[in-house]
Amino acid sequence: MSAVPAAPRPASADRGPAGTVPADSASDRASLLLVPPQPRRGWRMVVNRMLAMCLVELQKLRHDRTELYTRAVQPALWLLIFGETFTRLRAIPTGDVPYLDYLAPGIIAQSAMFIAIFYGIMIIWERDSGVLTKLLVTPTPRSALVTGKAFAAGVKALIQAVVVLLIAAALGVSLSWNPLDLAGVAVVVVLGSAFFSCLSVSIAGIVLTRDRLMGIGQAITMPLFFASNALYPVALMPGWLQAVSKGNPLSYEVDALRGLLLGTPAHLGLDLAVLVFAALAGIGAASALMGRLAR
Amino acid sequence: MTATGQAQRHRPPGTTGPGALRCTGLRYSFGSTRAVDGVDLDVRPGEVFGLLGPNGAGKTTAIRVITTLLPVPAGMVEVFGHDCARERMAVRRLLGYVPQQLSADSGLTGRENVALFARVFDIPRRERADRVDAVLAAVGLTESADRLAGTYSGGMVRRLELAQALVSAPRLLILDEPTIGLDPIARTSVWEHITRVRVATGMTVLVTTHYMDEAEQYCDRVALMHRGRIRAVGTPEELRTGLGRAALAAGQTAADPSAAEPSATGPTVTEPTGPAGPTGPTATAPTLEDVFRHYAGSGLDGRESTEDGGDFSDVRRTRRTASRVG
Repeated sequence: MSAVPAAPRPASADRGPAGTVPADSASDRASLLLVPPQPRRGWRMVVNRMLAMCLVELQKLRHDRTELYTRAVQPALWLLIFGETFTRLRAIPTGDVPYLDYLAPGIIAQSAMFIAIFYGIMIIWERDSGVLTKLLVTPTPRSALVTGKAFAAGVKALIQAVVVLLIAAALGVSLSWNPLDLAGVAVVVVLGSAFFSCLSVSIAGIVLTRDRLMGIGQAITMPLFFASNALYPVALMPGWLQAVSKGNPLSYEVDALRGLLLGTPAHLGLDLAVLVFAALAGIGAASALMGRLAR
Repeated sequence: MTATGQAQRHRPPGTTGPGALRCTGLRYSFGSTRAVDGVDLDVRPGEVFGLLGPNGAGKTTAIRVITTLLPVPAGMVEVFGHDCARERMAVRRLLGYVPQQLSADSGLTGRENVALFARVFDIPRRERADRVDAVLAAVGLTESADRLAGTYSGGMVRRLELAQALVSAPRLLILDEPTIGLDPIARTSVWEHITRVRVATGMTVLVTTHYMDEAEQYCDRVALMHRGRIRAVGTPEELRTGLGRAALAAGQTAADPSAAEPSATGPTVTEPTGPAGPTGPTATAPTLEDVFRHYAGSGLDGRESTEDGGDFSDVRRTRRTASRVG
């Protein structure tokens, strides 16, 4: 191999800080880079990857909070305009619970779903930019990578849920501030977001382009939202829509959130079981389709 | 122990150990298009091996197979004795990979970009920060480590990717067109860092490029790839010398056609498809471009290889730009 060219070159932003590669103590530093790390295996590896992906989301949000603010606008409008108006109209029978209170858990679930359902766009961006390719060459099974990404989407949605909770509290919604209830809310939001983000990644694995995924995402978000109990009780729906609602994980997420935040009768066990099953099924489907994104 | 000493210990025992990379009859098709068509490769531990060819030659597909991104049948590709089909995780632990695109996450700082890879390669928390600092220093990014990668220049992003690939102490560093799209100064800088780290760690480097000057200057051995096949393998010197002999023999072909065969001590050659006469070496010493033209049958204008989407016009453009910049 030839030696590095000896002729002096002009300074450039692309050169090292002093214009040359520092030679002093380079060998000492390099010695740290000679020993390969001991691999983690099994659940410890999966947990490690989840934490790594979640941390990346938090770091990104720390650097740029614009998304956090802009995404707070829509749920705020739903609560302020739709919620306040229908509370006055009393058009939707919600028993003893004011409509705004009834609506708040639905809007938390909706805003979390909206974040998660477009998570596949980020995956396609990562694929196009080569970031995903590099991650796929690390010792990370695709299922662990998808699980990590799914829970990273959950972390993002959780932060959004906190924002909506604060808006709801500011509007006078009487919420439970019991730490156990709030921990339950966090679990439910993360599980719901994990499912919807995996749904999005699965679609990304099929359509492979951002434009197509954007179109499909927009086409399915509103039907998922309206075919759930987020805005009105399932009992008010026509029979066919009730059937759709029963197969919609968003309904179970909203039911659990209402039970935890408002104390209304809920089927927490069933809700959690459905959300766990949906998240696992989503992870399985997205992992299977991740291979298409690698090609 | 010195870094060099550790590098020697880290390095497999030379010729007696498994090859760094061994491909046997590697084939890969996208539908009816055969991107890689029976590639045999044997990369030795510790060497810088260049895979040369125009766009569309199949270099990137071969790299994607080696990095386990594309599936192949068992037995076709081995990295340090580990089968890429059966032992994917073991293979990935040995690899550092820099893809063709500039692929740093622009929403994270340089340090965070590297730390992510430190985490996914299971580097323990107690040594993670030190390792990240060390690798950032090794690529000359210490001062800009806490800036968002979105503010980096192309060359800095490439060095950041190099840091991401090196943080796990890989035994085989795979660089897919590492200097594509960079200005000449940045290209030299990237190669300086690759060379320095390679010397310090003794790792094997597999690099694809279509910049012949880089291959001549930085690679121990090169393989010329065209239309999914390896056309010739050897050191740049061997390839040039072999072509010189072949050209000399071409003048005697009428008298003795067997004189055009490459010598036994020269490069390994498969299926030379190009005429050595009109498109052969010039009166001056042949270059790798001449060698490629001889074995692949396409000139630097890429007229023939354009059918496959590959050409060398970008090489000439880069050279013109480099000569203007000085």
